[in-house]
Order: sequence, then C-alpha cells, then structure tokens
Amino acid sequence: MIATDNDGQPIWRFLLREFKPKGKILTPFNIISVPIIILGVILIGFRFWKGIGAITNLSQEIPWGLWIGFDVVTGVAFAGGAYVITFMVYILNMHKYHSIVRVTVLNGFLAYLFYAGALLLDLGRPWNVINPIIGNNFGVSSVLFLVAWHFLLYMIAQLIEFSPAIAEWLGARRAHKILSGMTLAAVIFGITLSMLHQSGLGALYLMAKEKIHPLWYSEFIPVMFFVSSIFAGLSMVIFEGSISHKVFSDQISTKSHQSQRGIIHGLAKICTGTLFAYFFLQMLVFIHGKHWDLINTPMGYWYLVEMIGFVLLPMMLFFYSYRTNSILLIRVAAILTMIGVVLNRLNVTIIGFRWDMPVRYVPSWMEIVVTLTVLFTEIWIFRWVINRMPVLRESPNWVNEENKSQTALADDHRRA
Amino acid sequence: MDLHRRDFFKVLGATGITLAVGKELNAAPKSKNEMEFHGVLYDSARCTGCRGCEYDCAEANNLPEPIPTKQIKGLRKTDEARRTVVNEFNTSKGKVYSKMQCMHCNEPACASACLTQAMSKTKDGPVIWRGDKCMGCRYCMVSCPFDMPKFEYHSPNPKIQKCTMCFDTRVQKGELPACVENCPNEALTFGSRRELIQEARRRIYEKPDLYFDQIYGEHEAGGTCWLYISPVPFSEIGMNTSIQKASYPELTKGFLYTVPSVFVLVPALLLGVQQATKKENSTTDIENE
Repeated sequence: MIATDNDGQPIWRFLLREFKPKGKILTPFNIISVPIIILGVILIGFRFWKGIGAITNLSQEIPWGLWIGFDVVTGVAFAGGAYVITFMVYILNMHKYHSIVRVTVLNGFLAYLFYAGALLLDLGRPWNVINPIIGNNFGVSSVLFLVAWHFLLYMIAQLIEFSPAIAEWLGARRAHKILSGMTLAAVIFGITLSMLHQSGLGALYLMAKEKIHPLWYSEFIPVMFFVSSIFAGLSMVIFEGSISHKVFSDQISTKSHQSQRGIIHGLAKICTGTLFAYFFLQMLVFIHGKHWDLINTPMGYWYLVEMIGFVLLPMMLFFYSYRTNSILLIRVAAILTMIGVVLNRLNVTIIGFRWDMPVRYVPSWMEIVVTLTVLFTEIWIFRWVINRMPVLRESPNWVNEENKSQTALADDHRRA
Repeated sequence: MDLHRRDFFKVLGATGITLAVGKELNAAPKSKNEMEFHGVLYDSARCTGCRGCEYDCAEANNLPEPIPTKQIKGLRKTDEARRTVVNEFNTSKGKVYSKMQCMHCNEPACASACLTQAMSKTKDGPVIWRGDKCMGCRYCMVSCPFDMPKFEYHSPNPKIQKCTMCFDTRVQKGELPACVENCPNEALTFGSRRELIQEARRRIYEKPDLYFDQIYGEHEAGGTCWLYISPVPFSEIGMNTSIQKASYPELTKGFLYTVPSVFVLVPALLLGVQQATKKENSTTDIENE
C-alpha cells in the first residue's frame, strides 16, 4: 500500500515534511528570482484584468511576440534533449548515457509544462483552451491543432517516463513496477511525437510566406527545426549537466561523476554531426533559394552572423574539442550552439517576421519579466524535485533488489 | 521470443492510438471549388470615397462611429474598431479610392490555421468568426496574407474583429451586406462569384481605357470572394501584389500529409531497432540497469 510504504508512517506526514524547504534560503539565486517572480505574478494578474495589450507590445501586424517566439518555440527546442537521450538509451541501448536520462526527462517535462503554461498567458480567451481537446471543434487542418495535441500527449509520455522516480520517492513499490514496465512504450510514443511537433513548430510559420524574411523562410523550416532541436537539446544537456554537477554535487555518486566526462564527449560528437548536417541543409536551401542578392543587406549580414558565428564555429569547436579532449571547449561550444538556436528561432518568429515594417516589435520590459518568471519558477520546481526524488542520486536499494529478482525470474523462464 | 506478450500489447496500443490521431490529421483543407460562393465586386472606378460604407458597417456591427474625413491623415488600416476603411490614393490617373476589408478567400488561411474551427468558411462564401470556439491564439492573424483578422488587445474578453460580409445579421436572411446595400454609387455589387467575374470582365471589355486589365481576387491566394477592378495597377492603390496565386493552406498540406506516415512508420522502426540492439542476456526491466 502506498500510504504506509515509507517505513510505516502515513503518506500525508511524509509529503508535508517534503514540502518544507531544504537547504539555505538566502542564496544568490533566491534573492534574484523571488522579487522577479512576485513582480511577474502581479503583471500576469494585470494582463488578465486589462487585456494582453496592457503589458505587451504586440500589434495587429505582429500578433506573436516574445512569449511565443522565445518561451514556446525556443524553449521547446531546448527540451529536445529528452527525446534524443531516451532514443539513445532505450532504443539504441547505449547504457553509457543511462545516468543522465532522468534529469533530462525531468528537464524536458518541466520545460513543456511551463512553456505550455506560458502559452495560456498568451491566449486571449484561455477559457476556450479545452475546445480543441474535448469538443466538437477539431480544426484538423491546422498545424497548431497538431502541435497542441502533441504537447499534451508528450507531456503525458514524459510523465510516464519520469514516474518511476516519483514512485521511488514515495516508496510505492508496486506502482514502480507497473510504471517501469510502461517506459518503452512511452519512449517510442514520445520520440514519434517529438519528431512531429518539433518540426510542427516550424510548420506553423509556413503560411506566413510573405511575412518572414526570405533568408529564413523556406518550405524546409520544419526539417530545419527538427534537425536543430537535436543539437539544441544536447547542448542544453551539456550545459545543464555542468551546472547540476556543481550545484547538486552532494547528490551525485562518484561513479556518475567519473562517467560524466565520457558522456559529454559522446554528446559532443553527436552535436558535431548534427550541426554539420544542419549547416549543409541550410546551405542547400540558401543556394536553391537564389538569395545571393540579399546577402549584401543588413539582414544578410545578420544571416551570416547566425550561420558562421553560431553554426559553423560551434561545429568546428565541438570537433576540435573532442579531438583534443577538452571539456571546457565543449562547454563553450555548447553555449555558442545554444545562442545560435535562440537566434535562429527569434529570426524566424520575431526578428525576420515583418522585417519590412516601419515600426518593429521590441518586447516590453513587462513581457521580459513574465518570461523570466516562467523560467525561474521552472528552476525552482526543478530544484525542489532534484533535492527530493532520485533523479541525480542513485535509486533506493529496493529497486535494485527488485531488478535482480526479476532478472533471475526471467532467466529461469528462458531456461525452462 | 524476446518481446514479451505484455510489452507487445503495450506497443500495439500506443501504435493504435497514434494511428487514430494520425488519421484525423489527414483531413487537410478541402477544395471547395465545386460550390458556388457569393461575394462582392468592388469597382474602384465608381467609388467616390464618400466613406458611407464605413458608417454603415460600423452601425451594422455595433462599432464606434468612424472619424470624420477632415481628421484623416495618411493611409488607414482596418483595426479592432473598424472592419472596413476607404483610402484615397494619388495615382497615375489622379485620385483613386480603395476599400479594404476581409477578402473572404475561397480557401482561407485563417480557417485552416484555426485549431478550434472558430474561423470558418461558410458554404455561401463569407468567412465568419465564432467567439464560443475561439481561444484567442491569434494564429489566424499570423497566417492571413491580407492581415485582416484584428484582435482586441485591450480587453480581458477579447474578440477577433473582421468583416463577416454581414453573414449572420443580413446575408443569411437574404439581405445584402450593409455596405453593398447603401453604396450610393453602385461601386459594390453582391452576387455569386462566377457572375461577378463575368460582370467584371464585361466592364473591363466595354471600357478598356477606363480599367486596368486585371481582376484582383480572381486568382490571388487561390481566389477570393471579394473581387476588385480598378483604373490603375493594384500596387498603386495599396493592394498587396506579392500575394501568391495558390491558396495558402496548400503551404502546410505537405507537412500535414507526412504526419500519418510518420506515426505509422517511426514507432515500428524504433521498436525494431530497440529489439535489434538489445543485449542477449538482459531481457528485463529496461528502466533500471
């Protein structure tokens, strides 16, 4: 029984204890994030009272701004690490990467949860948000319909992938067994969903053909978004891993600390490969688009900055750094790649969107504060989970015992 | 047999669900060419810029009264408080007026973009907006090549404002749209799209010196229910001439068509790879190695 599993004490007392803060309260992160979150919550209240225009700089010509272009489109690209890592570990059976699965899936799940939540802030009539999910109002010809469904289904798939950690935290052994058994199906389902909605986020912009600068618009936006989500996600894994290993070093076993180097090296190789594929694709699209005349314009220079400075350069840096065995350079390359992905997503959704308008969209400070609020709240929840559930640290002993007994059973079964 | 029966059913179930979802997405924008749409022909050569249609539109749709002509400076656009505007242009043939409103595309980008069918193309032709379905995502605004849906940014219960060709209030009852009915110069003609194109051709043919030889809206964005004829090229009266001839929903069709195949093929492939790469002697629990 779940209610008495934690050494016989009632579950509510256990939960109550777990909800109390652990660790120091006056950390630099807390001191910065708490005022911003409070301000953000006030602004969100204001937005629901006075309308979206009260705190954003959106206009009739530019209906999607920072909250969609950065929070949703860019955030989801960075959450791509979860499907790549689960693919490597569960489908390709690369056990080397097993120790980072949980933290990556947790990161992905929270990213989706919060960015889909940010989407609600941007909806003018959020009370109708269930219409495409439940009702008779299926707009099946809409790419956004596909993206909305995929967000929902993928969040469920990721929750299932992560659920064994929750079961271990609660000490729910039977639930753990059932949930672990669902992992493979959730992973397969999740990878398929990810391929489609990562590209779907790009496909959203296909109908805005004349509105996006031709250097960023092509019918291949969906493919570009999908390929770039691979190295965006992995760079995020490298970046987040470096921070987690410092901040949560007490959680991590010496074994994991040692294997981290190997993991980062492997990821750097994959990043090099996918960055090369992406760069090659971009060049093909550029040459076929016959946009040579546009290169010698301000937007053209900006395009070159993105392609050379934040695709080609990090690719070479990744290559060089895994050849020379330098973790530091890999981290630098990961950060450059991440900047490149942010640039690319913003170029499609904001900077290159209506680039010819006399009045350009620049997000208001209030939009930025709300974005930071979403981000900081996510980090708070992330930290809360890491400090309680076996995400970075080892699973409790009973999990290993259970596995051993199952292996023995299966062996008996096979021999019989 | 490495794949346990239960695992097999789980994967089968997941594939089944994906198939069911995948199939629905297959319903891509339908071509509705076979139906007879109604529309309006706007003859810019007949329009005297009296702006009567602006006032009639505001009255018919409970919008604030338009500003007097004296206060107008420069070009105006439609917005959340006015569904139509008439602008004055200094062209190669002198002053020419042009009325702006939703074009009511044959295959509207906004309706295909809408994930709740709040924007919808009626079988009579008008493209309408339904507040009980709309969630205010503004994807219609991103998609519309004419930038016609307008959003009430300063309302906690915002609506999308755009011309509905007076579908609910008048056209459905057999009446003419407010602007058409009251136009003193007969610059606006309501009728079936086919008849309007014939009428437009007739006018251009009979007075080739007066008209520029093109019907704007005949092919733009796959054809629109509002049709324009004008004495000058349409770029001179502020019309967007970079609009593509094919319909806009065509642009996402290719992507949406790949969805069902991905949903069928990828899970099968993934399961195959998973089975092929797993070690012989570790058949059990993949969650905890």
